[in-house]
Amino acid sequence: MAQLDLQSKLAILADAAKYDASCASSGTSKRDSRGGKGLGSTEGMGICHAYAPDGRCISLLKILLTNSCIFDCAYCINRKSSNVRRARFTAEEVVRLTLEFYKRNYIEGLFLSSGIIRSSNYTMEQIVEVARSLREDHDFRGYIHLKTIPDADPELVRQAGLYADRVSINVELPTEDGLRRLAPEKDGGQIESAMSDTRAAIDEGEEAKKKYKSAPGYAPAGQSTQMIVGADAASDGDIITRASGLYDRFRLRRVYYSAFSPIPDASAVLPLKRPPLLREHRLYQSDWLMRFYGFKPAEVVNAAGDDGMLPLDIDPKLAWALKFRESFPVDVNRAPKEQLLRVPGLGTKAVDRILASRRWRKLRLDDVARLTVSISKVRPFIATIDWRPTLLTDRADLRTLLAPREQQLELFAA
Amino acid sequence: MLREGPMIDAHRVTLAAQDDFEGWRDAARDLAEAGVPPSAIIWRVDGGPDDLFATDATQPKGASFAVPRAFIDLAKSVVCHSDPERFALLYAMLWKLRTNRNAFEDRADPLVDRLERLAKEVRRDVHKMHAFVRFREINDRFVAFFEPDHHIVRHTAGFFVRRFTNMRWSILTPELSIYWDGEALTEGPGAARAEAPGGDPLEAMWKTYYASIFNPARLKVGAMLKEMPKKYWRNMPETSLVQPLIANARTRELEMIDRAAAKTGLKHALEAERSIEPGGNLRASWEALFKEARGCTRCDLYKHATQTVFGEGPLDASIMFVGEQPGDQEDLAGRPFVGPAGQVFDEALEKAGIPRSQVYVTNAVKHFKFEQKGKKRVHSKPNAGEIEACRWWIDQERSLIRPPVTVALGATAARSVLDKVVTISKVRGSPIPLAEGGECWVTVHPSFLLRIPEPERRVEERQKFVDDLKRIRDRAEKLTA
Repeated sequence: MAQLDLQSKLAILADAAKYDASCASSGTSKRDSRGGKGLGSTEGMGICHAYAPDGRCISLLKILLTNSCIFDCAYCINRKSSNVRRARFTAEEVVRLTLEFYKRNYIEGLFLSSGIIRSSNYTMEQIVEVARSLREDHDFRGYIHLKTIPDADPELVRQAGLYADRVSINVELPTEDGLRRLAPEKDGGQIESAMSDTRAAIDEGEEAKKKYKSAPGYAPAGQSTQMIVGADAASDGDIITRASGLYDRFRLRRVYYSAFSPIPDASAVLPLKRPPLLREHRLYQSDWLMRFYGFKPAEVVNAAGDDGMLPLDIDPKLAWALKFRESFPVDVNRAPKEQLLRVPGLGTKAVDRILASRRWRKLRLDDVARLTVSISKVRPFIATIDWRPTLLTDRADLRTLLAPREQQLELFAA
Repeated sequence: MLREGPMIDAHRVTLAAQDDFEGWRDAARDLAEAGVPPSAIIWRVDGGPDDLFATDATQPKGASFAVPRAFIDLAKSVVCHSDPERFALLYAMLWKLRTNRNAFEDRADPLVDRLERLAKEVRRDVHKMHAFVRFREINDRFVAFFEPDHHIVRHTAGFFVRRFTNMRWSILTPELSIYWDGEALTEGPGAARAEAPGGDPLEAMWKTYYASIFNPARLKVGAMLKEMPKKYWRNMPETSLVQPLIANARTRELEMIDRAAAKTGLKHALEAERSIEPGGNLRASWEALFKEARGCTRCDLYKHATQTVFGEGPLDASIMFVGEQPGDQEDLAGRPFVGPAGQVFDEALEKAGIPRSQVYVTNAVKHFKFEQKGKKRVHSKPNAGEIEACRWWIDQERSLIRPPVTVALGATAARSVLDKVVTISKVRGSPIPLAEGGECWVTVHPSFLLRIPEPERRVEERQKFVDDLKRIRDRAEKLTA
C-alpha cells in the first residue's frame, strides 16, 4: 500500500481513539509558559475547545500511536483479527501535531494511547518518548494524559508518570468473567496490580512534594480508568460496586464508562444489540451521587431494580427518592447538608446557596426557586415555611408526573 | 428645564472604559463613605451617553467600611458585563453592605441573585473565549478574530499571555484588539473580521481530526449546541463540518433501520450492525474527501464545469467502477453516470445481476471537460495532465474503499487506474493485479456502445459488455466469499 500521508494517518488514528471516553484535562498542577522556552499552561480547570455532533467535548488531541495490535480483544476495533485500516505515527509526528494544534488554541494537550505492537515494552517506550520529547525538547507545559500498559517494565511506567499529568490503565470490563471471555490475553490481576503500583507512585510523589517543593510531581492529575458497558452481562449494580471498589483501592480520580458501541467488523461473541447510551449516562449520574452527594455504593445499588439495572427513564437520584419516600420531605430551613443533597433536583451548588441563604432568612418556596434550576422537580421533596408537599410525596403516580414525557425509542427495541 | 441654585441633583461618575473596575471601585468607595444613596448617582463610561443634570461626583470623606472579598471578586466580573445597569447594581449592593456586612451571603436576595447571574454570564463568555479563539499563523504571528458578548478582552488577556508566552500573537475583536510581542501586551482599536487573515494550512488537519473523533453512532446534537452555541461558529473552522456529519449520521442510521427491518435472522442482523460504520473512520474520511474535492482546483477544468462530480456508492462495495469523466448531465446533476451512457450502464448492470446500489461508481476525472458548440457543450477527452491531476482523488477513493475488484471503463479509466497506457482489446477479459491489493478489470466505456452506428454490432458489443460484467460479478463474489 502507498505510504499514508500525515492527514490520512490522523484520520485513522483519531477514529480509532474515539471509543476512549476520557477527554478530561482538569485537576492537574497549575503552570504556564512564562519563564520557559516552550508553550502551554494549565490553570486547574480544563477547557473544552470544541464539541462534536455526538455531544462530546474535544479538549485533547486524542489519538493512538498505532491501531495495530497483537491482542485480539473482542470488544476492540483495533484487535488483531479486525480488518480496519492500520496506520502508525512516529513519535515525532505526534509531537509536531500536538504542538501545532496547541499553538492554534485547538486543544489543551495530548491524550495518547496505543495498540500494542511488537511488545508491551516497545510500545510503552514509544509512548514515553512522545511525552519526553514534548516536555524536554519542546518545553511543552500543556496537559498530557498517557495510557500505560499494565505489563510494561515498571521503570517505563514510572517515566510515563513523570512526564504525564494523568495516567490511566483500563480495567476494560466490569467482571472477571467478561474479561476472560472477551479479552482472553489480558489479565485482570495484572491490570489491578499495575493500578496499585501507580497509586503507590502517585502517593509517593505527593509525599515528596510535601517535603521538597522542587520534587518532580508524579501524574499530578492522578489516575483514571475506563470500563466498557454492555458488552458483558454485568448489571448496573455490579458495575457500581466494581467502580466504587476501584475508587477506594486505587484512589482513582475518575472511572469512565464507554457504552459498547457497535464497531465495524464486530466479533461474533459480542451482543448484537448496542446498549442505549442512556445507560452510560445513568452510570455517570450514579458515579456523581457517590463522588459529590455522599451516597454509599450500596445505596445507589438500592436505587436499581430487582434485575440490578438502574431505571432508564429517570435519573438514579430520583429513583432512590421514589423508593425511599420516608426520607422526604426535607425541610430546607433545617435539614443538614447531607439530607439536602439527597433531594432530586438540588445540585451541589443549589445546596450551598440554600445553606448560605438560610443563615439570613427563613426560606420560602419562591426563594428556593431562585436558587435552583427547576423548582418543579424539587417541590415534591421539600418543605419550606410556606410549602409542604405531604400529598404529593405519597402519590402513587409521582413517578409518571416527574419522569420526562418524551421518550426516544430505542433503535433496536424488540 | 432650568437648574436653580448650586444644588447637586445627581452625582455623575465617568469611568475610563467599559471594563474600568478600578475607576468604579474608587468612585464607589468614596460615594458610599460620603453616604450618597444609589438613587443619586449616574454612572457613565467615557464616550458613552451623558446625563445633562449630573455634575461630577464630589469626593467627601466619611467613615470607611470593609466589604467581603467575595463581593470584590464578583464585582470584577460584573463590571465586564454589557448590561448598562451593572455599575449601579454593584453600587446598590455596596450600599447594602455598608449597613449589613453579611448582606452578600444571602443568596436568595434578588439583588445578589441578579449580580451572581451577571457574573456567571461573564464567566461563561470568558471561558468560551479561552476555548473558541482560533489562531491562524501568518508570517510567524498567530492572529485570531473573536466576538465576545461582554467587555472581557482585557480580562482574558492574561490567560493567553500565560499560555502562549513565547509566541507573538494578536486577538482582534470588534471593540478592542490586543497584541503580544513576547514581552509586552499592547492594545489597539477594534477590528472587523475581514482584517483577520484567512485559512491556515493546518486547519485541514484539524478538520480531519474533528471529523474522525466524532462517533456517528452517538449523535447528540442538542448537547453539542448547548455547549457550542451557533454564535461562536463563524470563527471556528471545524464547525463547517457539523452539518454534513449530522446529515450523514442520520442517513446511515435510517439505512440501518431499513435493512434491519427488511431482513431477519442472526446473520443479517449482524450485517446491519456492521454496516453502521464500515471501516470505522471510513465514512468520515470519505466525507472529508468528498467535501475537499468540491473545491478542487488541481487542474483548470474546474473553471468551466458546474461542479465536481465525485464518486458514490456504499463504501464497503466489492466492486468499484471507474468511468472517464462526467458528461453534460452529470455535470448538472453532480452525480456520476446519470446521462445516456449511465442508462446504458444501468441496463447492463441489471442484465449482469449487479445491483447498482451495491457498487461504487466514480470517474477518473471529476470535472466535465467540454467544447462549447453553439448551445451545446460537447464532451472532450481529458488529457494526460488532467488525468494525472485527478489521480489525487481517485487514489484516495480507492485507498479508502479498497475494492477487491476495480473495473476500468475505457482507456482513460485504465490509464488512471493502471498508471500506464493500455490497449483495451489486449487487456480485456482477465484480471490485472494491483500493487496496492485487489485487481483491475478493463472493459469498454458505456458511451462507446452508444456511438456504434451499425445495429448488429451494437447488440453484439452490448452483449460482450454484459458478459464482462457477469465475469466481474462472479469474480467479486469469489474474492469476498
